Amino acid sequence: MRLAGFFVFAVAVILLPILFPDNYFVTVVGIAAGLHVILAVGLNLLMGYAGQISLGHAAFFGMGGYASAILTTRWEWPGWLAMLAGLLVAGTIAWLLARPILRLRGHYLAMATLGFGVIIHVLMVQATEWTGGPDGLGNIPPLNLLGWTVDSDRQWYWVIAVAMLLVIGLSLNLVDSRIGRALRAVRSAELAAQMMGIDTARAKTQVFVVSALFAAFAGSLFAHQQAFVSPDSFSLMISVELVTMVVLGGMASTFGAACGAIALTLLHEGLVVFEDYEMLIHGALLMAVMIFLPQGLFVGLTQGVHRGWTWIASRRGAKEPHHPAVS
Amino acid sequence: MPEQIFQFLVTGITVGAIYALVGLGFALIYNASDVVNFAQGEFVMLGAMTAIALLGAGLPLVLAAIAATLLTALVGLLLERCAIEPARGASVVTTIIITIGAAIFLRGVASLLWGKNSLPFPAFSGNEPIHLGGATLLPQSLWVLGGAVLLVSLTRAFLNRTLLGKALLACSFNPVAAQLVGINVKVMLRLAYGLSAGLGAIAGILAAPITFSSYEAGIMLGLKGFSAAIVGGIGNPMGAVAGGLLLGVLEALGAGLISSGYKDAIAFVFVLMVLFFEPTGLFGHKVAERV
Repeated sequence: MRLAGFFVFAVAVILLPILFPDNYFVTVVGIAAGLHVILAVGLNLLMGYAGQISLGHAAFFGMGGYASAILTTRWEWPGWLAMLAGLLVAGTIAWLLARPILRLRGHYLAMATLGFGVIIHVLMVQATEWTGGPDGLGNIPPLNLLGWTVDSDRQWYWVIAVAMLLVIGLSLNLVDSRIGRALRAVRSAELAAQMMGIDTARAKTQVFVVSALFAAFAGSLFAHQQAFVSPDSFSLMISVELVTMVVLGGMASTFGAACGAIALTLLHEGLVVFEDYEMLIHGALLMAVMIFLPQGLFVGLTQGVHRGWTWIASRRGAKEPHHPAVS
Repeated sequence: MPEQIFQFLVTGITVGAIYALVGLGFALIYNASDVVNFAQGEFVMLGAMTAIALLGAGLPLVLAAIAATLLTALVGLLLERCAIEPARGASVVTTIIITIGAAIFLRGVASLLWGKNSLPFPAFSGNEPIHLGGATLLPQSLWVLGGAVLLVSLTRAFLNRTLLGKALLACSFNPVAAQLVGINVKVMLRLAYGLSAGLGAIAGILAAPITFSSYEAGIMLGLKGFSAAIVGGIGNPMGAVAGGLLLGVLEALGAGLISSGYKDAIAFVFVLMVLFFEPTGLFGHKVAERV
C-alpha cells in the first residue's frame, strides 16, 4: 500500500513511450522532466523533510556535470568512473560544508547557500583552462554502460526513467526510515528533537549529502545526454527553478516534488510560444502558489480531495439512523 | 603600488556606497516585517530604468529622477499590499520564495517594457575625471557618495528623531505592543516597503551613469545589498551601511590585486566566512535565541 503510488507512477513512465513512440513530448521533454524529477526529489529531502532551504543546489548539479565532462573529454575516463568521481566530489564538498552551513537558519541559510552557488558558478566561468569558461565544454562522449552505448533519445528515455525511479524509490524508503523520522522531527522542532536524543546535526548532514549526491548524479547524466555543458545550466536561476519545482508540487511529499518538476518542465515547454512573457508568468506563478496554496499544488489538491471525501462520508453517515452501541 | 591601492579604495568606496544604500533598504524592510526582500535589487533596477525611460521621453533630469523614485516607491507599496500582506504569518521559506517570485516578475515586466539591452544614462555633471592625489575619480562618483551620505543621515534622523520613524521602529520591536499604543502596524509596513523601494530607486539612479542599467541589473546588486545587511548584522540599518562599504572596498581590492573575474566570488567567500564565524554580523548585537 505504501508503495502503491510508486507502482502507478512506474507503470505510467514505462507505458508512455510504448503508447506514444517517437512523440516529442515523451522522448525529448520526458528526458528533461526526468532529470528535473531527480533534482527536485533530492532537494525536497532537504527542504521538505528537514526544513532547510538551499538556494545553491545547482552547484552540486554542476559538479556532477563538469566532473563527467572534464574527466571524459580531457582524460578519456570511462563515463561510469567519471560519474563516480563526480559523486565523490559533490558528496565530499557537501559533507564538509554541511556542519557550518546547516548550523545557520532561515535567511542566513538562504544567503549562505546562495553565496556558495554563486562562488561555484564564478569558478565555472573563470577557471577557463579546466571548464572551457563561458563557452562551456563540448564533444562529451555518449555514456557507455557495460558495452551498451546510449545515444538515441529513446535509449536516453529508458536510462533516465530507470534512474528517476531508482531515486524516487530510494527517497520513499529513506523518508520512512529512522533517518526520515529524525528529519521530520528536526523540521517540526529542532530543539525538541535534540531532547529526544536525535543527533540533529548528523541527521541534517546526512540529508544534505544525499541530496547533493542525487543532484550530482543528475548532472553526470545531463552532461552525457546533452554532450555539452556550460555555466548557464548551473546558474542561480537554475537553483531558484529547482526550489520552485519543490514548492510548486508541495514540500514534504516525494510525489509532490516529482509532480512539481514535471509541471514546471511542461510549463517551460508550453511557454516557449510566449517567450517574452516566460519570466513574468514564472514569477507570478511562484507568488500565487505561495500565497494561496502554500502547501503546493499536489499536496493542496490531494488534501482538498481527501477533505471533500470525508465531508461527503460524514454527510452520508449523518443521514443514517444512529445505532447506539450495545453495552 | 600605494597609488594603485588608493585608486582601488576610491573605486571600492563608490561601489560600496551603492551596496550600502541597497543594504539599508533591506534592513528597513527586515526591521519592519521580518521579511528578507529578495526583490530589493529589482527596486534599484526599476528606479534606473524608469528614469532612463522618462529622460528619453523628454523630461528634465530632476523631474525624471523624482518621478522614477515615486513610481518605484509605489511598486514597493503594492508589493507589500498584494504579496506580503496576504501571506502574513507564513514561514520564512514561504516569504523568501514570494519575494523571489516578485523579483522574477518585476524582471519580466522590465524586459517587456524596455527590452533586454543595457541602456546608458547621462552623467549628472559631465565625464571629466577629477585627479585626486594619483587616483582619478568620475564626477558621478561624488554624486553617489554625496547622495549616500545624505540619504543615510536622513534615514537615521527619520528613525531616531521623528514620531513616524519611532513608530516604525516600534513595529519592528514588538508589533502587538505597537498596535496597542495606537500605531497602525499595517500602514507602517506599507510605509517601510515604500521607503525602502524609494531608497533603492535613488541608489539605482545615482549609479546608472557609471554602471548603465538593464532588466537584470538588479540581481547582483540585490545580492550584494543582502550581503551588506548580513555582514553588518541583519536588522541594523547603520550596520548594513558599514557592511556595504566594507564589501565594496574588499571587492575592488580583490578585483585589482587578484582578478576582476573573481570579484563576485571574493565577495561571497567573505560573506560565508562572516556567516560561519560571526553569524550575527560584524556589527550586530549578540542575540540569545528563545525556545
